[in-house]
Amino acid sequence: MSEKKTIRLIVTRQDRPDSAPYEEEFEIPYRPNMNVISALMEIRRNPVNAKGEKTTPVTWDMNCLEEVCGACSMVINGKPRQSCTALIDKLEQPIRLEPMRTFPVVRDLQVDRSRMFDSLKKVKAWIPIDGTYDLGPGPRMPERKRQWAYELSKCMTCGVCLEACPNVNSKSNFIGPAPLSQVRLFNAHPTGAMHKAERLEAIMGDGGLANCGNSQNCVQSCPKGIPLTTSIAALNREATIQMFRNFFGSDEV
Amino acid sequence: MAGNREFFYRRLHSLLGVIPVGIFLTQHLVVNYFATRGPEAFNRAASFMVNLPFRYFLEIFIIFLPLLFHAIYGLYIAFTAQNNVSRYGYFRNWMFMLQRLTGVITLIFVTWHVWETRVRAALGVEVNYDMMANIVDNPFMLGFYIVGIVSTVFHFANGLWSFCVSWGLTVTPRSQQIFTYVTMAIFVALSIVGIRAILAFA
Ligand code: HEM
Ligand code: SF4
Ligand code: FES
Repeated sequence: MSEKKTIRLIVTRQDRPDSAPYEEEFEIPYRPNMNVISALMEIRRNPVNAKGEKTTPVTWDMNCLEEVCGACSMVINGKPRQSCTALIDKLEQPIRLEPMRTFPVVRDLQVDRSRMFDSLKKVKAWIPIDGTYDLGPGPRMPERKRQWAYELSKCMTCGVCLEACPNVNSKSNFIGPAPLSQVRLFNAHPTGAMHKAERLEAIMGDGGLANCGNSQNCVQSCPKGIPLTTSIAALNREATIQMFRNFFGSDEV
Repeated sequence: MAGNREFFYRRLHSLLGVIPVGIFLTQHLVVNYFATRGPEAFNRAASFMVNLPFRYFLEIFIIFLPLLFHAIYGLYIAFTAQNNVSRYGYFRNWMFMLQRLTGVITLIFVTWHVWETRVRAALGVEVNYDMMANIVDNPFMLGFYIVGIVSTVFHFANGLWSFCVSWGLTVTPRSQQIFTYVTMAIFVALSIVGIRAILAFA
């Protein structure tokens, strides 16, 4: 058999943030053990489309190449996921690559996920430890709780859960599941818990927790298996209590 | 409440769906069930309800205002969603879509139903067994009522499920799973009650 094996890809491209998207098909030589990124690199090396016309190389984001940074997320054959762990041998062809349109498209498959960073700032997803003097070591966290919190801390802000959520779209200002789950993580930390109410207040504001409509697509889609819907329901319980505290006052400081 | 509206409105929407509107719905279906015991039984039950003391007060504050708020805000919620069941065909995503779809169907049905019964009653027509029997004499209207009843009951039952999540009553996946079974049993049971009642007029 002399015929060479090839891979067919259909890429949704877009030249500028404000220009119309279009599809371009590529046919590239097959090599064993390729992933979507090495296929895109092949297009970059030889930017010729399936019709044999010369074209511009496809733009995409990447960084860690081991599914911990989240930068390379895109919609592959209809599902948002990381392109670095999307193996060609496991994908149906032609492989369809699209950007995650929930975010503004910068170019081709590259999107601007800065709204996620803005949300993390909004919900105070950090632990304040700075003071004008050494505050000393914080309280210890029980090992079992640490292991539990580790699961929540695996979030890489990839944006897949926002892409999958029917309530995150241009008609709503919902911040999405990821930053909500981060509130649960930082509220669980013994030092972070000192600012628990502030974080709850933040997600009880506009665009926050109440926008969840329980489609539960997020928990089905998260590549890190983060229990997003459990986090949301647990935060709903905390918010219920916080709501009563705000209204009636509380003897707790 | 704490200076923000959205959280408060969403929680109010959720609460009103169950208390009082959901409770009224259940009560309404149970009273209608008297029709299965014949016209007199139904007429007696209906006139008992109509002659309750503080009737207008009860109607306005237990039914119309809460339903109006829930329906209008519900429409807004329904149309801010971008449904995606074709891409994410998971069970809960289907229920999410159906919750919104049945909300809209229920709104159309309830508006028609209120027009046909309550508004006409206010214009002097007597609400009794014969009135309903005349309506569902038309097979198209019977079909419309069955669709409306099933849609409303589904919306209420599945709404109970999401109510429990919205208020943080069911948190773990297991509790949510069990509550899916419970609410679907409520859906089937109330559907039977509602359909048997409407068929008693046909
Ligand atoms: C008999 C009338 C109705 C009853 C008993 C009822 C009951 C409920 C209940 C219990 C919920 C759950 C609340 C929650 O998720 O926390 C709900 C949600 C909802 N209802 Fe209704 N409802 C009724 C009519 C309507 C109407 C007319 C609409 C208008 C379109 C509507 C739209 C919605 C929507 C969109 C939700 C989802 C809210 C969310 O996910 O946050 N409902 N309903
Ligand atoms: S929660 Fe999961 S899907 Fe959402 S951003 Fe974090 S890692 Fe990605
Ligand atoms: S490149 Fe970091 S997750 Fe793929």
